[in-house]
Amino acid sequence: MKESPISILICGVGGQGTILARKIICEAFFNSGYDVKASEVHGMAQRGGSVVTHFRAGEDVASPLIEDGQADIILAFEPLEALRFLPKLKRHGQVIVNSQKIMPTSVLIGEFTYPTDIFNKIQTATDKIKIIDALDIATKAGNTKVVNVVLIGVLAKMLSVSKELWLKAVAASVPLKYQELNIKAFELGYNI
Amino acid sequence: MMKKILLGNEAVARGAYEAGVVFASSYPGTPSTEITEALALYPSIFCEWAPNEKVAVEAALGASMAGARALSAMKHVGLNVAADPLFTAAYSGVNGGLVLAVADDPRIHSSQNEQDSRNYFYASKIIALEPADSEECRLFTRNAYSLSEEYDTPVAIRLVTRISHSQSIVQCEKPQVYEQKKYRKDMSKYVMLPVNARTRRSFITKRMTRAQKLADNGPYNKEIIHKDAKIGVITAGVLYQYAREALGTQASYLKIGMISPLPRQMMTDFCQKYQKVYIIEELDPYIETFARSIGITNIIGQKLFPREGEFSAGLIAEKILKNYRPFNYQPEKDLPPRPPVLCPGCSHRPLFYALKRQRLIVTGDIGCYTLGALPPLLAMDSTICMGASVSMGHGVNKVLPNDKKQKVVSVIGDSTFIHSGITGLIDIVYNGGTSTVIILDNSTTGMTGHQTNPACGQDIYGKPAPAVNLEALCRAIGVRRVITVNPFDYKHMYDVIAAEAAASEPSVVIVKAPCKLLHNTTKDPPREVEQTLCQKCRLCMSIGCPSISVQEGQTLIDQVACTGCQACQNLCRFGAIKEKEPL
Ligand SMILES: Cc1ncc(C[n+]2csc(CCOP(=O)(O)OP(=O)(O)O)c2C)c(N)n1
Repeated sequence: MKESPISILICGVGGQGTILARKIICEAFFNSGYDVKASEVHGMAQRGGSVVTHFRAGEDVASPLIEDGQADIILAFEPLEALRFLPKLKRHGQVIVNSQKIMPTSVLIGEFTYPTDIFNKIQTATDKIKIIDALDIATKAGNTKVVNVVLIGVLAKMLSVSKELWLKAVAASVPLKYQELNIKAFELGYNI
Repeated sequence: MMKKILLGNEAVARGAYEAGVVFASSYPGTPSTEITEALALYPSIFCEWAPNEKVAVEAALGASMAGARALSAMKHVGLNVAADPLFTAAYSGVNGGLVLAVADDPRIHSSQNEQDSRNYFYASKIIALEPADSEECRLFTRNAYSLSEEYDTPVAIRLVTRISHSQSIVQCEKPQVYEQKKYRKDMSKYVMLPVNARTRRSFITKRMTRAQKLADNGPYNKEIIHKDAKIGVITAGVLYQYAREALGTQASYLKIGMISPLPRQMMTDFCQKYQKVYIIEELDPYIETFARSIGITNIIGQKLFPREGEFSAGLIAEKILKNYRPFNYQPEKDLPPRPPVLCPGCSHRPLFYALKRQRLIVTGDIGCYTLGALPPLLAMDSTICMGASVSMGHGVNKVLPNDKKQKVVSVIGDSTFIHSGITGLIDIVYNGGTSTVIILDNSTTGMTGHQTNPACGQDIYGKPAPAVNLEALCRAIGVRRVITVNPFDYKHMYDVIAAEAAASEPSVVIVKAPCKLLHNTTKDPPREVEQTLCQKCRLCMSIGCPSISVQEGQTLIDQVACTGCQACQNLCRFGAIKEKEPL
């Protein structure tokens, strides 16, 4: 395992469950023998605000932060946030974006307009974009709250870590009574 | 040895556990909160949320004096509150080891200012260590206890957001068997009358001279030499990680783990090996000033690097490497910002709308409710530090002309009132103020992630605990007009605030409704806009609820986000907002 670290940037809106997503990713990579580092800012202050988590794995990871132009993958829980963090993406890096829009208050009160052509803008930057209606899939899994785990499923499919370890990581990161639901959400995302 | 992946904060807790800590007292504060939350998961440790940081540090010092190993964790501004005990605990020293974990917040992710706690450790003359990843958080905290006892001093663990809130791999060790020391009365050490304090003052000088040797020879400060390196770098904590990411083997490093006292000889020797040495540190030029004070001149620090905010590997590469040209997609211009907002159903929202309508002068405070200062509510005139709403409101009230005096209200959360609002209220009553204090009692410390507090009837473990009766407390202070209202009974709350603000004596209004995010708070069915009744006046938009939006001309309420709080329904003059009819 001698390779430069893999960097995944997770962005979204506070309350969407990016922290659980980070936990699962860390666990999966850690169990496959990588050095891992992840960083985010906690606190209720972030609720409803723009949130971002940096995740890096490799043989020896120094910085917990992803520099501009260094993310192999951006996993965006919300389209506007994908666009906001696009400068973090590597040239021709992969973007996975949940299509469910969440209007910021700056838009609700009419100070700003929500950009209309987000997916096109991302597409002009990189040809590797995957648009997922994770809310719809989560509803099919049985609960709108598992949007995060659906997206982890989509991400997992693109990475070298074995599916078995992903499933173990999901199971280890959620309360027992929600395990079945989350595994289902993961599978639906994974098998898209 | 068991490997685990832990947050820096969880790793500090692990280190404390391994060192045999049995007592922890803290007040929450981002980014330090998870230290105490993680400690509370170890059955062998008694943990508590104290009313504020000063109380917490004093309680921990008491446990130490009695012979136990103890910890108190706080954010940088928390150390301002606890500075008083810190500076004299530095004199008394300890019996059982005492560690203060202090987390700074460069770039002000979640604070009211940016300050560098290293200055406090230097000024109070205690030993301080700064870890560079989660494993060092564990190891340094564990070792800090023997240092504390050996050098007879509190030891600080200095953290920053990117250490506290980063996860990395930790090699857990077995906990030590620590035998609690005997309590022995020792006035010369713990009664800081001038005669004793002078003796201890001399002791401190000796202690720090001895600790200086440890800084120069101990395991905490390390040279990492690369044979082809042309430059030297002196750095500490997470900055070491950024530096080695950016410069790799192009530089040699003096990695500082003990930041108080700083290593003298080691720094001098290291700087002699390289023509140019960069000192890479965020916030104040703490290491640089020291290096200059001992006569080192071939160093570059704040002349090159920013004096504020957070650094990164990219920034270091850009400043030091001549040919660093990173690729990146250009940021999109004019994207709608997304600052944090009061949640749907937040019990603070109706109050701020009422304050706005009454055009009051609102001295504010720190908590979720500070978001009431943002658009569209814009109902707060000041936010400085915890408790300042009450005392600043008093100052404003005292000097404004009579017709404006009755327009001043102070807004403060339950946890913040207990932390440091009570003394301000005493000031108002004792010195004849007439301002109104509004306590937003949502039964939790919301901002920092729902910690319990002395007013909410539960301890840190969620077990029942005596609750401070806020009404009775205010009356005991001497406030005669104390009234509790429900923010979702909007009209009543509105009238009460108008009447109390106008009263020519001190008054307290307790606005009471539990935070909607607490597990046991009941939520009502979501509301819906009856489009045939809606007159499109958009009044409901003015309360800034994220679940209400206008789409294609229609006002809509998000049925997943809405908690049925009725803040919008209470305002609608056309009865267009209703509970969704069952199908
Ligand atoms: C001295 C100090 N300690 C801790 C903090 C971190 N902090 C900010 S607000 C807050 C508590 C807020 O709780 P509360 O007053 O109950 O209001 P809520 O957030 O629940 O609305 C804390 C602990 C701080 N800013 N300053």
